[in-house]
Amino acid sequence: MRIRFDKLGVVIALLAAYGGLGAYFAVSKPNRIVQGQAKPILDALPSWAAWALLALLFVAAVAALLRTSAWIKLVAAAATLLALALAMGLTGHFLTPAGNTYARVSPASGFWVLLFAFALLAADAITRLKPPPWMRVLFLILAAAGVGGLLVSGSWDGLSIMKEYAGRADVFWVEAGKHVALALGSLVAAVAIGLPLGILCHRVEPLRASVLNTLNLIQTIPSIALFGILIAPLGWIAATVPGAAALGIRGIGAAPAFVALFLYSLLPVVANTVIGLSGVPKDAVDAARGIGMTNRQRLFKIEFPLALPVILTGIRIVLVQNIGLATIAALIGGGGFGVFVFQGIGQTAMDLVLLGAVPTVALSFAAAVILDALIELNSRAVNGARSA
Amino acid sequence: MKVWFPFALRALLLFLLIAFLLVPESFEPLFRSLVQPNAPAIYNQGSLLSLTLLHLKTVFFATLMATIIAVLLAILVTRPFGSEFLPLSRSLVNIGQTFPPVAVLALAVPAVGFGEKPTLIALFLYGLLPIFENTLTALTNLPQSVIEAARGAGMTGFQRLMQIELPLSLAVIVGGIRLSVVISLSTATIGSTVAAKTLGEVIIAGLQSNNLAFILQGGLIVGALAVLIYDGLSAAESLLARRAGAR
Repeated sequence: MRIRFDKLGVVIALLAAYGGLGAYFAVSKPNRIVQGQAKPILDALPSWAAWALLALLFVAAVAALLRTSAWIKLVAAAATLLALALAMGLTGHFLTPAGNTYARVSPASGFWVLLFAFALLAADAITRLKPPPWMRVLFLILAAAGVGGLLVSGSWDGLSIMKEYAGRADVFWVEAGKHVALALGSLVAAVAIGLPLGILCHRVEPLRASVLNTLNLIQTIPSIALFGILIAPLGWIAATVPGAAALGIRGIGAAPAFVALFLYSLLPVVANTVIGLSGVPKDAVDAARGIGMTNRQRLFKIEFPLALPVILTGIRIVLVQNIGLATIAALIGGGGFGVFVFQGIGQTAMDLVLLGAVPTVALSFAAAVILDALIELNSRAVNGARSA
Repeated sequence: MKVWFPFALRALLLFLLIAFLLVPESFEPLFRSLVQPNAPAIYNQGSLLSLTLLHLKTVFFATLMATIIAVLLAILVTRPFGSEFLPLSRSLVNIGQTFPPVAVLALAVPAVGFGEKPTLIALFLYGLLPIFENTLTALTNLPQSVIEAARGAGMTGFQRLMQIELPLSLAVIVGGIRLSVVISLSTATIGSTVAAKTLGEVIIAGLQSNNLAFILQGGLIVGALAVLIYDGLSAAESLLARRAGAR
């Protein structure tokens, strides 16, 4: 029998070979900002662990290479990712001399390549399995639980990024709260204003072009400029409108960031509401009118539910975009994970950058998975209702 | 009146932009009231024109690279040889969009150092997605009858690609490039946080010295560039769409 290879598996096996054997696994530095010494897997881990990891990488690469069931590939990918995470934690403890609090150990290119290769394998396996929405959310919960477990267990405490965290744990959670409040709060405000505005634009034709063009124009203003421009009017409001300052409205800080995110969020919400409503089949609206539904009933019972998947797509775009843009709020004192990113850039301490960037990426990834599942559930409901 | 009005508006915008870049001092009275009496009202830490040109250069090269790679990848996954990668590439595009530009930018710094390079990488990666998505949509939604006819006429796979599929998809591909350029123009300003020479320098200088005029100048130039380029590419797109329809 001829063995047939999986083409993506070839790519993954090559990446795994390079990441495992050709590139360095970790960097060990005497302190936070100096150049470090890169170590391959065999030097970065106790030899039993190094050989176990290499053996697992080999088995997983073979699983990727062969045309096997997607479940086997998924299990192989998940096991390898877990092993990589554990190994990196072990490296942190292994390379740090006992009692030395200045030494820093961080992942090097080989680790990232391996992580990428097997995340790719997992993504491919999940795509091929075509899991229903609830199962994708379940995968997300499992992954989150895995990462959470590793964090709680202290396995990663020897790593540089966790040392950066340990030094500012309370600040971290304050900034995390600010980040989520900025991203979610501006989304809620944008939906509260954008939905009615979208319905209005759908009903009143002449309004549509001018509203959408205005919102389009706002999108062309670079985010850091919009954040900055808003400092002036909000500062003026805080100084002149009684009670505004007491509400937390200030020229710099979270207020201009909130307003900027809100303004950027309006376009996707309004545009998708208009597109969703105009995509509602005309006969459905006519039938509703025929059975004597009022304008209001038609909107809430027919048009709105049918347009929901498209509107949710707009909300997904906004949420993912807001989580990313909220990092920029740090430039004007608005807080959020951007604080660590920009501090890290300023101090050329890349682990501090990671401390800000990794949670941001994880948050927006989780938001995308959850909203995609919601969109799919809703569009199924719509299609089911249509075919019934 | 309706037909020429938008054109006149854009011509005026272009004129104002060029005038502002060439002789920014003549606009000083407009910005005077925005700053403290003794602060400069016009950006004075470098030439706005050269920053604008550097900004455009960065965006141009990043978009050019992104276009080449994205179109090649989209072609690859739509050929029989690469069809195994098609579902994965779709979900990768989806996942890729969840990476915030600031994070990409910041993470590129340890690999390539400060300056233009991390900005180019972030813009390139971020620009890939819309172009790839549009090219993929265009190539997978071509009318089957046209492809069959080309096959029937004895065209090879390469001929079909070059003479039928790509020309028919061009309008949608340009649509992707348009989205990509507008995102890049705005994202490039963030590049100045890692010391890239772009218009972001003007904005950041304004943020640091609390100078609203600087912030506005940087923001408005980028906004005007984005509007003009967006419109230009929209026009190219509809021209190409009309031509493809006429064939």
